[in-house]
Formats: sequence, structure tokens, C-alpha cells
Amino acid sequence: MSKEVETMMIDAGHRNDLGHPLDYRELNRLIREAICAGEERLVLMNVIGQRYIASATSNPNTRIEIHGTPGNDLGAFLNGGTIEVFGNAQDVTANTMNDGMIIVHGNSGDITGLAARGGTLLVKGNSGYRVGIHIKEFEGVGVKLVIGGFVNDYLGEYMAGGTILILGQGVEDSPVGLHVGAGMHGGRIYVRGPVEKHQLGPGACLAEMNDKDFKTVDTLIDQYEKAFSVEIDRSIEYSKIIPLDSRPFRGHYDSTTI
Amino acid sequence: MKPIVTIPEKYRPTIDHEACIRCKKCIKACSYGALEFKDDKVKVAKGCVACVRCVFECPTDAIIVNELPKQFAPHAVFSPEIRRSLISQANSGGVLLSSCGANAEYMDIFNDILLDAAQVTNPSIDPLREPVETKTYLGRRPGKVVVDDNGKIDLDASETPIVIMDMPIMIGHISLGSISYNAQAALFRAATQLNILAGTGEGGLHNDFYPMAKNLCAEVASGRFGVTSHYLKEVSCVDIKIGQGAKPGHGGHLPGEKVQKLISETRMIPLGTDALSPYPHHDIYSIEDLQQLISVLKESTEYKVPVGVKIAAVHNVGAIASGIVRAGADFLTIDGLRGGTGSAPRVIRDHAGMPIEIAVSAVDQRLEQEGLRDKVTLCASGSIRTAADMIKCIALGADVVGVCTSAMIAMGCTVCQQCHRGACSWGIATQKPELTSRLDIEIATQRIVNMFHAWNEELKEILGAMGIDSVESLVGNRDRLRYIGPNPRIAEILDVKHSGEGWG
Ligand code: SF4
Ligand code: SF4
Repeated sequence: MSKEVETMMIDAGHRNDLGHPLDYRELNRLIREAICAGEERLVLMNVIGQRYIASATSNPNTRIEIHGTPGNDLGAFLNGGTIEVFGNAQDVTANTMNDGMIIVHGNSGDITGLAARGGTLLVKGNSGYRVGIHIKEFEGVGVKLVIGGFVNDYLGEYMAGGTILILGQGVEDSPVGLHVGAGMHGGRIYVRGPVEKHQLGPGACLAEMNDKDFKTVDTLIDQYEKAFSVEIDRSIEYSKIIPLDSRPFRGHYDSTTI
Repeated sequence: MKPIVTIPEKYRPTIDHEACIRCKKCIKACSYGALEFKDDKVKVAKGCVACVRCVFECPTDAIIVNELPKQFAPHAVFSPEIRRSLISQANSGGVLLSSCGANAEYMDIFNDILLDAAQVTNPSIDPLREPVETKTYLGRRPGKVVVDDNGKIDLDASETPIVIMDMPIMIGHISLGSISYNAQAALFRAATQLNILAGTGEGGLHNDFYPMAKNLCAEVASGRFGVTSHYLKEVSCVDIKIGQGAKPGHGGHLPGEKVQKLISETRMIPLGTDALSPYPHHDIYSIEDLQQLISVLKESTEYKVPVGVKIAAVHNVGAIASGIVRAGADFLTIDGLRGGTGSAPRVIRDHAGMPIEIAVSAVDQRLEQEGLRDKVTLCASGSIRTAADMIKCIALGADVVGVCTSAMIAMGCTVCQQCHRGACSWGIATQKPELTSRLDIEIATQRIVNMFHAWNEELKEILGAMGIDSVESLVGNRDRLRYIGPNPRIAEILDVKHSGEGWG
């Protein structure tokens, strides 16, 4: 017997006397209060650029559906629960996410997933510059970022752990930009499509896919297909990018007592 | 060809073999392998750094550590330090690392400033007889006093949270990783006992320290290590670290050797990997971006704690500070050139930034001119060594001073500048269990408490002598300072009169 989960709706586009939509502070306060009062399913309608939505949400049972365009820092410090955006997300989505899930049925902007260390982020379309910078993992748990289309430069810069998968749908050439994995010292990046050596930043290298990699990629694609009801051709060749060393500054410093 | 040239030794312990009872305590004490036991005697090997742990351990006072003659022909331009560094770089090809604060002969402006005292026309206050208030408030101010309908001051009028401290002192951000568990525990306990704040540094917060969170300020740096929503909600304030006085513009780098179990758990990174903090925050390339991080931290902490920003004192510090206050920071920390570090490239440590005396005065004046000064708490740090420095710094414009090195000295640190090597013989800047166990948390706590208690008493003495009954009235009170140094232009920039100039 499945429990009936009530849905609470918030109209984020509701205009006040001055014709302004709901302020982000007001919207976030309403969300927090609803979660605090035990609401598990929230639907935000007509979201129009309000920032910091659902930041620091922790309850794993919370489900927030967003219709419209959420502003920057969606789901920052997220520690549990699911956020699903029916539209595009803007910059710094999933900033320092620790756990939980964010699904974007559109594109996401720059710096997606900055410094995240857990949870999953699925973006149906493309993403911007500096995606997955300094993401991490700890004790076998790391963040997973899946981008359906292409991303721009500096993918996975300073990456310390975690997994990135770029599916490259709709892209003929390489679906990633330049300086991929600059300063990378942990984790792995899978790109469905070609990546050339000149696209890599210092500290990163190309490596062969092994069975474990294919398993990881398959699981992530399963999740992506399910989230967006699409089918991904898995026969395209993958490029795998890993760090050269877990200590990129080895030999860079001289600690002699002067 | 032998490419490595040895650099002459700098220090040398001398053993008084008559007094020596051959207990070998000094050999165990030396974490740098500079002492050995041979032919039934304590003998000196190479590598002494003058940490003087052996002197402390020796039960018969049989050891003296001497600074050796420079071993280089004198030259007025190429100092021995310069020659040593060039030899080392020719050996290694590496960026020279160092620790502690700048070890260069920049003018110490604090020493060029004299305090005023009350005589005849305004009576001094005896702090033993009359209360002198040192309570300090950290957070955004409403900038005005709100009086309710009954004529009472409405203390809840400020929308933003305030942290109340018993002294205008905050123990600066020193991360677990750069220092040991015991050292951080002592700093935090001391802060709790003194009812002041201590910074967590950027490594997150160890589980054991959560009970002290009400006296802690969490640091959110570019690496975001250990930063979780839970952590942010537990502490009493949050500080965004943009920069550090010892290494403006540089990131953080905790070498893999130091990332052992305890550190890996707290920072939430795998064992043995380098903990790297990128040079900038990659979500902050402008004041507008900074405003976003401030706002998202306020949202994430439900507006219950002040959110501040810490920057290194750099040449355009006034304008940057103004932007930071406008971006919504509740407190602002300026860290001066001589501030400490557990590890920094020597070239940055010694050459980049500006002294805190000038920076704090410049920021105070700039914020005042723009009508922003009353809105924000201004913290200043970077070699606040003594109560005298603290008092001068407050009179130059700071509400609160941040102190690190002096608190470490209270625990035992001898400022030997070896922190970056991770073998601190005093058990402070190290993660090696055999060394960290040397630091007794209770004793270290008590010593820090004693020192800051004494500073606060000295502060009251000076306030009383000036005829001021509350430290808040000293903030930015530059009229009570006079400059006595060699460069009157500095006095002008500090907005401090020259010694000998009165009020009229
Ligand atoms: S303990 Fe310190 S001072 Fe003593 S010999 Fe070793 S390095 Fe030198
Ligand atoms: S913390 Fe230790 S290594 Fe660093 S300066 Fe002090 S005594 Fe030396």
C-alpha cells in the first residue's frame, strides 16, 4: 500500500502590489517552513530567477519540483532530497552538494557542481564553463555529474574525486572544451566521444576504459535514461580522463630551511 | 658532477658533557635528527633549526643552541639569506616554502606609534575601582539606534545576528591539518573559557569539537573542505576566506603526508592525497559573485549567524572592503602582510601585501567616508603580537583583532619557521602521533587563557589610563595615537598626528 503524499504548491511568480514576483528570501522561507512542517512534496510554479532555492535541504524524503527558471546556486550545500527542474538551471547549481539528487530537464550554467562531494546531478542538455571544479569523494562515496550534451572549458579542474560523465548528445566533434582536468588529482571523467591530448590541462591524462569503468558508465546512463525517458546509444567510444598523480605539486616546492 | 651543494648550517647545539647525564632525552626530543648518541656521548649531527625543544627537555641545562656565524664573506647586497636561498633553488629548482609570518625587515609601524594617556584635563579611570567594558559585538549593525514607543532602546531592531565576546579578540583561523588535534582542541577550549571566538580554519570541524561550536567561526575557503550544511548551522559565525595575509592571492596546499586518518575524515578527502584549495573561489570572480556566496550562506544558515569575509591586505584594500560590505558581509577581516601561515611560498610570504597598521586605517577611513563603517564589524589580524599591538590596532580602526602566532607561542611554539615540514617538535604543526602527544591539551588551554586574560587586563589598564570606559570608544580613535617613526607620510596615511602635535 503506497502512502499518499500530499503536494504543496507555491506560486513563485505571484506578483505583489508593485508587480514583483516572490522575493527569493520569501520563497526560500516558505520552502523551509513547509519542509519543517513535514511537507515532503513541493511544487514551485512560475519560478523566475529566484536564487539559492532549497539550499542546505537535508531531509532525504523531500522532493521539490521546479517549473520555470531557478536562479543561481540552486541546491547549494544540498544534503539530501531531490530537486527536479522542468526548465533550465543557471550558474553554480549544486554548489558544495553533499548528498541528494538534482535533475535538470534543460541546460545548466557555469560552475555546475562546484566542490560537490556527494549526491547525483543529472543535466539533460548542456552545461557551461568550469563544470565539476574541485569535486571530491570520500570513503568510496563521491559526487556523480552527468551532462547530456556538451560542456565548455575547464571541466573538472582541480578535481579531487568523484565521477563526471559527458554524453555529448547532438555534438559531432568533442563535447568538452579546453583545459580539461587541469590540476586534477583524483576522480575520473568519462566523455562519450573524442577528447584529444591538447584539450587536457596539466595533471590530467587519457586512459583506457576498463570493465569497472564500463559498469560505472552504464549505471549512470541507466539513471539518465530513466530520468529523462530517452535512450542513449552506448556503442560510441568513450574517452576516459584521470589524474597523472594524486599529488600534482610533487617536486614543485623546496622546503629547505634557508 | 655533483649538482647538490650543501647549505651551511645555521644553528648548532652545544652539549656540556660534564653536566650531561646521558639520559638521551634531547635525542628523543629532536624531531629533526640533529642529535645522536655515539661513543657514549650526545653528539651533534646536521639540521638543527633552533626549535629549542632539546633545551626544554634537558634536565640538567646541559644544552645551549647557538646561531652560527654566517659562513659567507660579508656583502652588503647579497645577504647570507639571499645566497642560501639561491643555492637551495639551484639544488632543487623548486619554489621555496616557508611558514610563520613574513621574516623580512619591513618597518614595524606598531613600534612607531605611541598611545595617549589622560592628564589633568580629563581624569583617568582606575579599572580596579570602576568598570571598564571590553565586551565586543561581532556582526552587522543596524547603523542607528531604534527607540520603541516607551522610549526604550529596541535591542531586537537589528535584523542580523550578533555574536557577543568578552574581549575584542578572536583566535584566528588555524586549520586542523596545519596544526594537530591537540593544538586545535586547546585553542577551541581556550576560546570557550574566555568567551571569545576561534576560527576553525578551512579543514572542516572534527566531530569531537562540535560541543564548542558556539565559540567557533567556520571558514569557507575555496577548497570547501568539510563544509556541510550541518557544520554551517552549528557554528556561531561563518567566514568566507578569500585571502590570507601571509600569502595573498595564493591557495592552500596541505601536502599528502599530513592527510592522515584524522585529517582525511575531517576534510572528507582520501588518505594521503594533497588537499589543494584553488587560488580563487571559482564561483567568485566579482563583488556580485561574492554577494551570492554571502547570500547563499545566509540562506543556508537561515539568517541565524553572521557571515563575514576575510581578505589579505592588498594595495586596493579600501575599495575592496567597501565592495565587501556592500555585498552584505556582516563582518570583515583584513589580514596583514606579517600574518602567519603553516606553509607558504617564501616569495609571497615576504614580498606581497601591506602591513596591517596601514590596511586597517585605510579601510576604516574608507568605510567611514562612504557611510558604511557603522554597519559592519571590522576585524584586523596579521602579527598582533601583544596587548600593545591590539590596542593600537583598535585605535587605528579595528573592532576586533585576530591573533594566531601569539596563541601558538603560549602553547609552546618557538617560531622556528618549520611548520611546513610537519615535524614540529612541540607537537603543534604536525600530525605525527609521537609528536602530537607532546602537547598536553589542558596545560596548553590554560596557558592561552592566561595570556589573553592578561592582554584583556592590559587593555583595561590602558583604557583606564586614557580615561575611556569602554573598548568600543577606542575603535578608530586615532586622535589618541601619535606617530614617532621616520616617515611622516605614513602618519598622514594612517590619519595619525605626529608626536608633539596636540589638539590645539
Ligand atoms: S631539538 Fe631543536 S634545537 Fe635541539 S637540536 Fe633538535 S632542532 Fe636543534
Ligand atoms: S608551530 Fe612548531 S614548527 Fe611551527 S614555528 Fe612553532 S615550533 Fe616551529
